[in-house]
Amino acid sequence: MSTAILAGLTGAALIGLGLYGLITHPHPLRKILAFNLLGSGVFLIFGIIARKGAAAGFAADPVPQAMVITGIVVAFSATALAVALLLRLVQETGRTTLRPDAPAKPPDAGADA
Amino acid sequence: MTVLQALDIGLAALVLAVAGWTIVAREAFAAVVGYVAYGLLLSLVWVRLFAVDVALTEAAIGSGVTGVLLISAAARLRKTEAPATDERLGAPLRLLAGTVCAVVAAALAAVVLLMPDPGSTLAPEAAQHLAETGLGNPITAVLISYRAFDTMLEKVVLILAVIGVWSLAPDRYWGGAPGPQRVARHEGALAFLAQLLAPLGIVVGVHIFWVGADEPGGAFQGGAILAAMWMIVMMARLVEAPSISALWLRLTLVAGPVVFLAIGVLGFAVASGFLTYPTGFAKPLILFIEAFMTLSIAATLPMLVMGPPSRPPRP
Amino acid sequence: MLALASALTTTAGGYLLVLAIILPVIGILLSLVIGGRHAERIALALMPVGFGIALAIAIEIWRTGKPLVYILGGWTPPLGIALRADGFSAVMLVTAALVVPAAGYFARANFQTPQGQFEARAPLAFWTLLQALWAALNIVFLGGDLFNLYVALELLTFAAVPLVCLDGRPETLIAALRYLLFALFGSVFYLLGVALLYGTYGTLDIVLLSARVRAEPAVYVAAGLMTAGLLAKTALFPLHLWLPPAHANAPAPASAVLSALVVKGSFFLIVRLWFDVLPALTIEAATSILATLGAAAILFGSILALRQERLKLLIAYSTVAQIGYLFLMFPLATGGHPWSADAWNGGVLQVLSHAFAKAAMFLAAGLVAESLGHDRISDLRGLGRAMPMTVFAFGLGGLSLMGLPPSGGFAAKWLLVKASVESGQWLWAVVMLAGGLLAGGYVYRVLAPALANGSTPLETRKSTSRSREAIALALAFVAVLLGLAPAGFFTFLQIGRSAAMAGLQ
Repeated sequence: MSTAILAGLTGAALIGLGLYGLITHPHPLRKILAFNLLGSGVFLIFGIIARKGAAAGFAADPVPQAMVITGIVVAFSATALAVALLLRLVQETGRTTLRPDAPAKPPDAGADA
Repeated sequence: MTVLQALDIGLAALVLAVAGWTIVAREAFAAVVGYVAYGLLLSLVWVRLFAVDVALTEAAIGSGVTGVLLISAAARLRKTEAPATDERLGAPLRLLAGTVCAVVAAALAAVVLLMPDPGSTLAPEAAQHLAETGLGNPITAVLISYRAFDTMLEKVVLILAVIGVWSLAPDRYWGGAPGPQRVARHEGALAFLAQLLAPLGIVVGVHIFWVGADEPGGAFQGGAILAAMWMIVMMARLVEAPSISALWLRLTLVAGPVVFLAIGVLGFAVASGFLTYPTGFAKPLILFIEAFMTLSIAATLPMLVMGPPSRPPRP
Repeated sequence: MLALASALTTTAGGYLLVLAIILPVIGILLSLVIGGRHAERIALALMPVGFGIALAIAIEIWRTGKPLVYILGGWTPPLGIALRADGFSAVMLVTAALVVPAAGYFARANFQTPQGQFEARAPLAFWTLLQALWAALNIVFLGGDLFNLYVALELLTFAAVPLVCLDGRPETLIAALRYLLFALFGSVFYLLGVALLYGTYGTLDIVLLSARVRAEPAVYVAAGLMTAGLLAKTALFPLHLWLPPAHANAPAPASAVLSALVVKGSFFLIVRLWFDVLPALTIEAATSILATLGAAAILFGSILALRQERLKLLIAYSTVAQIGYLFLMFPLATGGHPWSADAWNGGVLQVLSHAFAKAAMFLAAGLVAESLGHDRISDLRGLGRAMPMTVFAFGLGGLSLMGLPPSGGFAAKWLLVKASVESGQWLWAVVMLAGGLLAGGYVYRVLAPALANGSTPLETRKSTSRSREAIALALAFVAVLLGLAPAGFFTFLQIGRSAAMAGLQ
């Protein structure tokens, strides 16, 4: 089994794992973590496509590699925005619930500001 | 089975194990630490896929900077974890979700196994035109020449993320500086580490950016290292976090996209269109753009990690 | 669909496509650096120019009868990236160029930098985010490369999410975080599909892909993943959960742009994907599933709208329902049948009419909320006397949503029902008529008390500015005028589509 196929199967498994975490974890920080896992799995799929596209003296096709680099930066900025939103939400409500109809509660003294 | 094959299988198994740990760990902090380790292992996988530029980016940004962001968030959110477990989905729903995810993963695995070998690729075309760009690293050529529009837009996306993060501050803090308020301890261990590491890191970062034209490296990787150095220096309080309204900060943040856009527009006049480089001047222009991109990335990433301003502006 | 060679060379006037994108980008960068109250001035100054460029693109396409193309960087696809504008792109560009400035001029009263302060948070954020939204939408409408469109989708999300929670109230923060999580799920699944398509065909250019795509397992999986991701961003039932709180709790001008344009951006990409990249895959099952979900959205969204107590939530659930109509287009407009052209025209007209009508309604609701201090539907008696122009604007918008003549909504539904009857797919016609009745129901819920004579005159906190009411009214009028679109308009919409696909032979 070549490295590329192995990495591709790993990527597929990571996508499944990440999606499961994104859907099932109630805490938004764990959802964000799962989203990062999902993203890295998608990038691995790009990676095996790059490796299988080795030609013209390059060990891997440069176009998908450039897309992965762009993708990693975009995923990081998405994580930063999501984390900042989450921290502000906890600052305001003291809880991490995402239910829009949750009763309002004043922030308790224990929440880290 | 050769040594390399055994290594690959072991690496893949380890990556999946750590990823699984990240999902099932009880505490967010433990999960995040697992994620950082996962990122570093992933960099090794990228090296095995012969994508060294990507490995550098994954280690620096995917694992490093993201790790700092998530660890500080997990520490601040520790008290919210217990109440969140009340909202856990019931077992039947989790089973349904698990089945859907398994089906998706299986479909992808099937597609991966059915992919032709060798696959469709643009490597020959990229190699063919590489001489026109004057570069030796084909990935830099893709990023700043063939698909320059993507990279330029991505810089704008980064700026938007900063604006989005800043907009989350309370009104009274606008114009202040981000980051936690801490007392400076100039004799402390962190300050010592920062004073030791920062000059070295800056040199390494600039080198990686410069060398990226012909070898693995480039603006993103170099910029990430410079960003890390700035973050260390700010965390050690050797340097104050800047006010978000500071002109020099705003100029540094937009320098990358502005230079990119300006040279792109100049392409209308001196070359054959938007984002075209005049023949013979491609490499110097590309390095010029990358220099400013490195600067912007070095300023943007720490701003994203430090979050919205957390204190009122100094009068 | 263009002959391959002409799709890969820059046409005269192609530079306009570049201008349409870089103009708002320049605005964002200038606004951030110059800062302060200048951000508002820069944004408002660039808006007429942006409208001029959009109009110029439409005129150029009309004049030549062919799409505009621009090859970026001088590198032709598959190595490089192309920008393309066909009839559909052009009408979307002009719609965005009308709705965004309308929201902008409307928002001047909401987002002014206070006197004595150089820069304030909400104004600077609003004016930069609004320009970013416009830039992202233009790239979505003009992009010819699937990965480029991924970056555009991310830009759109990053611009839209902070607008939702701009006033910092807890319910807006919750809505924004939910929106962001759904949107990120959408983008990452879209990206996964893009990876599979590149892996199979070695290109991401839409025109080149359309020539190379065959019915293979990898393509089926890619199509499924990309569609699932884009459906989450378009808030089609059952992935609509994030939309009502997000659109209802955002500031009024932001809600207008979100409902009118942002969800249409991802819908535009679904259309591009199914009609331009994947026509070789005519799977009836898939288009039927999309239409069934659309029908469910119409019924579910309309019924929930009937039960809302707050005006803005009612309008937001109405958006969920109206998005359902858009997906009825899929089984009717695919396959190159004689009725396909009608279905296509109907679908596009529905996109446009809903954009103008919904923007007008959200702006009107914003004026109501500002005037009364609340937006409870039960306390709207006598509103028609206090704010006649606003209620009229709301009513005209409702006319289009219900599909009553003369309005764009009526013309759109007429075309879709006609196509549905001709193709023998009667179910969709029934669903559309039921949806029209339900829409009548929830519009009546608002207009009936508003137009009734209240026993006590309604107390308004502050008087409404005539110019802001006029903006809402103008948008509603455009929704009505679309109903009078001449035949030439529909010929324009077909520019850039292959004759076989359009069923025009």
